[in-house]
Amino acid sequence: MSKRKHEIKLFEPALVNTAIKQSFVKLSPRLMIKNPVMFTVEVGTFVMLAVVLYQLGTKDSTQGALWYNIVVFAILLLTVLFANFAEALAEARGKAQAESLRKTREETPAKKVLLPGDIFVKEIKVVPSSQLRLGDRFVCEPGDVIPMDGEIIEGIATIDESAITGESAPVIREAGGDKSSVTGGTKVLSDRIVVQVTTQPGETFLDKMIALVEGASRQKTPNEIALTILLAAFTLIFIIVCVTLKPFADYANTPITIAAFISLFVCLIPTTIGGLLSAIGIAGMDRALRANVISKSGKAVETAGDVDVLLLDKTGTITIGNRKATNFYPANGVGQKEFIEQVVYGSLADDTPEGKSIVELAAKQVNPNLSPDQFRDQHLAVHNAPVTFIKFTAETRSSGVDLPDGTKIRKGAFDAIRNMAQKAGNTVPKEVEEQVKKISSDGGTPLVVAVNNEIKGVIELQDIIKPGIQERFERLRKMGVKTVMVTGDNPLTAKYIANKAGVDDFIAEAKPEDKMNYIRKEQATGKLVAMMGDGTNDAPALAQADVGVAMNSGTQAAKEAGNMVDLDNDPTKLIEVVEIGKQLLITRGTLTTFSIANDVAKYFAIVPALFIASIPALQHLNIMGLKSPESAILSAIIFNAIIIPMLIPLALKGVNYKPIGASALLRRNLLIYGVGGVVVPFIGIKLIDMLLSVFM
Amino acid sequence: MNTELFGVLITFLLTIILAIPLGKYMAKVFAGERTITDFMNPFERLIFRISGIDPKAGMNWKQFLKALLSINLLWFVYAFFVLIFQNKLPLNPDGNPGQTPDLAFNTAISFLVNCNLQHYSGESGLTYFTQLFVVTFLQFVSAATGIAALVALFNGLKEKTTSNLGNFWNLLVKSTTRILLPLSIVMGIILAFNGTPASFDGKDTITTLQGDTVQVSRGPAAGMIAIKQLGTNGGGWFGANSAHPLENPNYFTNIIESIAILLIPMALVFTLGFYLNRKKLAYVIFGVMTFLFLVFVSINIYFETKGNPAIDRLGVAQHIGSMEGKEVRLGSAATAFWSIATTSTSNGSVNGMHDSLTPISGGVAILDMMINALYGGVGVGLLNYYIFIIIAVFISGLMVGRTPEFMGHKVEAREVKIAALITLLSAFLIKSGTALAAYFVSHHPGLAWSVKPAAWLNNPSYHGFSEMLYEYTSSNANNGSGFEGLGDNNIFWNVTTGIVLILGRFLPIIGPVAIAGLLANKKYIPESAGTLRTDSITFGGMTLAVIIIVNALSYFPALALGPLAEYFSLK
Repeated sequence: MSKRKHEIKLFEPALVNTAIKQSFVKLSPRLMIKNPVMFTVEVGTFVMLAVVLYQLGTKDSTQGALWYNIVVFAILLLTVLFANFAEALAEARGKAQAESLRKTREETPAKKVLLPGDIFVKEIKVVPSSQLRLGDRFVCEPGDVIPMDGEIIEGIATIDESAITGESAPVIREAGGDKSSVTGGTKVLSDRIVVQVTTQPGETFLDKMIALVEGASRQKTPNEIALTILLAAFTLIFIIVCVTLKPFADYANTPITIAAFISLFVCLIPTTIGGLLSAIGIAGMDRALRANVISKSGKAVETAGDVDVLLLDKTGTITIGNRKATNFYPANGVGQKEFIEQVVYGSLADDTPEGKSIVELAAKQVNPNLSPDQFRDQHLAVHNAPVTFIKFTAETRSSGVDLPDGTKIRKGAFDAIRNMAQKAGNTVPKEVEEQVKKISSDGGTPLVVAVNNEIKGVIELQDIIKPGIQERFERLRKMGVKTVMVTGDNPLTAKYIANKAGVDDFIAEAKPEDKMNYIRKEQATGKLVAMMGDGTNDAPALAQADVGVAMNSGTQAAKEAGNMVDLDNDPTKLIEVVEIGKQLLITRGTLTTFSIANDVAKYFAIVPALFIASIPALQHLNIMGLKSPESAILSAIIFNAIIIPMLIPLALKGVNYKPIGASALLRRNLLIYGVGGVVVPFIGIKLIDMLLSVFM
Repeated sequence: MNTELFGVLITFLLTIILAIPLGKYMAKVFAGERTITDFMNPFERLIFRISGIDPKAGMNWKQFLKALLSINLLWFVYAFFVLIFQNKLPLNPDGNPGQTPDLAFNTAISFLVNCNLQHYSGESGLTYFTQLFVVTFLQFVSAATGIAALVALFNGLKEKTTSNLGNFWNLLVKSTTRILLPLSIVMGIILAFNGTPASFDGKDTITTLQGDTVQVSRGPAAGMIAIKQLGTNGGGWFGANSAHPLENPNYFTNIIESIAILLIPMALVFTLGFYLNRKKLAYVIFGVMTFLFLVFVSINIYFETKGNPAIDRLGVAQHIGSMEGKEVRLGSAATAFWSIATTSTSNGSVNGMHDSLTPISGGVAILDMMINALYGGVGVGLLNYYIFIIIAVFISGLMVGRTPEFMGHKVEAREVKIAALITLLSAFLIKSGTALAAYFVSHHPGLAWSVKPAAWLNNPSYHGFSEMLYEYTSSNANNGSGFEGLGDNNIFWNVTTGIVLILGRFLPIIGPVAIAGLLANKKYIPESAGTLRTDSITFGGMTLAVIIIVNALSYFPALALGPLAEYFSLK
């Protein structure tokens, strides 16, 4: 996982206090009914309360000792409270996490631009940020904190986004492009921008997410619903078990107290997973937020775990930024130093990242002490007359300079320069042609330099693959996720990089609609596709993808279309999101298994305890050797109650995900949570019984 | 003793050896490929022409179930009335009376649902006409119904996305003509040659060595005994079922009949592998079933050959095991094996009295029927197993971090709901039935019914409880065997078990077929490296764990109060 700046301790005292209060508020049956398993426990608690009150009134002792019933009542109440506490703590943590992001954008003065219709057109008025509405415009100047989320409509600025992303390097945001969005709470470092507010106050993605976490608008995901049904079915089975036990016991002439019935029932129903289910879901969203991803629904996180295909942009995700110059190959008869000189002149007019990287490499090779800019200025300063820049055009497909002495230096694609040279009657040196072919087949881009239409040598540009990215793709492959690289490169180069980085497939010479088509094609075969994007032309594809992560720096359209927003603008974030999704499902599955496996031991504690008085032979089933029927039942329900808070850390942090293949993972989790689920309660109940036998 | 164990082993191995080619053959029949039984073609075409059926017309899951349920309703009405009026119909050489309405209700349902909860004795309770045209007829078509429903499931799994589960009528007819009839003919002939009667004459009178005369019932029994074993129906010609010397004359016929119990249910597992071309999946399913089956067989053979501890205490030697309720010509091991074979497959025929099994063996027989999916009844056994698979798929899918899917289709809320309800149903029917009976026995023993609740149970205490539990478990599983100490031919038992029989039969058919239909309708998801393979040993283990846990949790208290309490008290 990436930076965890907003780390909150698991049991942060302030949060625990809120959660404790909330656990009581949540006792309201109207809220409890949403969780059928815990609701039945609450009903059981009320029944025990009635039994206690009845005993207090009538001194009837057929229902067992009063103190015993009071203890049972208290433990059941605790069980419900523990479950509520788990949910409340998850909510509080999620909320705190979101709040810590929201805090950055509290009341700040905003320089609002008055629009036509207002009295002073285009005049600027300082208002509190809370007064800004959708569509309002405001101005930011160096040093200003941006008051609201919005889109730059005028200007370009460097912005410090460290408040949100933790990244100290400033970023550039400008009007019109795909990097036009600014986030409230970030700081303008240079230049002046005019920003248009894109959301109504209280309706930002963060606000929506907080509402999700708080439960008001949280909807159960399809998977959560299916699990709830399964748990309800188990609960029903145990209702049948407990209800039919009454005539069975009558037949065996065994009186069973209400407390014993309810204890058996509460122990059997899957309270552990029932109590932790919603906490697990909230914690999933919370973990996403911790990775600086805002998810617009719980479902999005869950779907991420299911994704089969990941669409990744080459630039920024697989390779570092843009292509870089890596080598200079002069033609025969041209000296290395002389060639570099020519190369530098040829690149002076080229202010693309590639052009800059050529100067950079040249500077490094000639004079490592100079910065590229100094190096560049030095070269320009040699000539007392101004040099003429020849800009790149689509027709010439080359760029360069005309020096005052009439020397024409050009740099460009091989065929463009070749044509130029051949037109002037020059031949192409054989070794240059070979070098060009070699570079192309290695996935690089060759640029050829000519001086006065005479070819002097080749520059090699290469993509630099991010270190460690191969391992990440390997990890994804083990998860069963197919990775697809999207690039504007030609198929040959794309294939080379795809192979080198270890992605499974690539889309070369990609146009925006190609992404869309690819997503549609994969979805038609039943696969789930995730992608990340930022531009307006990504928006349709983001909407079409099952998981669309928009970069926060991206356009508003992109952010609206996706179902997650990444505050870090980190293209590798998709990989983390997939793992968070998987972790969410696994945590649910393993705790369900654990919860149900627990019942075996509880049966062995309670069933002999119920019948031992009238069927002494059943003492053989008391394999734990529990002291008395009362201590056996109490031990079982105490274990049942305290296992919930003990598992809260696991529920909130999530079960570790290991990409070791589905079958191996199932074996591992079955062993830990299935077999463990059978064994742990035997030990736990026995220990509690030993402890109780000191008092009883 | 070693010879007896060897006999059991040979029986089981022979069954597997026969089941594999049979499974392959059945896959060909369902796929409509050429088989050696193609000579049946004209006969089948005749049936389809008379009934106005287009055997190639596909059905979706709702149409399929509608056809299945409506023909079953028709058969029920037919059987009910023929049983009531059997005394007025021909082929009644012994002059047996018509059945009472509640007994007819129970009998009709019992055979309709491929069960043999015979609350009567065949010799006196039925005529040759009803034996043949009600009981034997239903033994064929109810087995064919189960197979047809299973093939509907196969069809749902076979195609990537389809709404067509096959044509019910076509499958029903072909299961009868291509599978059940030919096998029954072969087996009937073997039995007849070994002394099982196949005659329309009435009772025979013989003079015993002591000189007194005895009336011996007979009839056209051999054919019916063949289908009752092969079709996992279990309803015997004679009241004592295959413990009767004419129904199961010798050790050889015992081997044949034991094989016949398991043959088709086991072969259908292999059919799944051949038909879907997923042999590994079939082997894993077969492995799980066989593992549990052999564990149960071992337990029962151990306890039955060990003898009864109470008799040990009397100082009586039990070299040949616990022989109460068993046939000397068959032995305790063969009876123990049969007791598991018959309860695994919802067959319900017996070659010894289950009421006399030692407590743990009786308990294992009950548990086996509660699971009801180890090979299981023809067709329906695998349908039950499919429900366990769905639950296992769901939980294990979560455990590996993927929305669960089975054979390329996502398992979601609706399918889980159906699977959960079917799982719930067994627990509900068995436990509430037993609870109701226990309630009357303990609270209203003296009710003025034709048979007072107090007189229902032949044995008091734990064993009496087991008798009631066994009866409802057997009904729910459509098994039909009983702890025969129970006085069950009266309105209470006839009606309540009748209801349990119907629900326990048709809901577990409707549920899996509906799930198959729903899943088949969904978009197909190709397998990827992240897909959890369902044909792995790991997943087989997961299914096994689900089967054990679900059943243990549902029935532990009941089993503790019956068989376990009896066992520990006897120890």
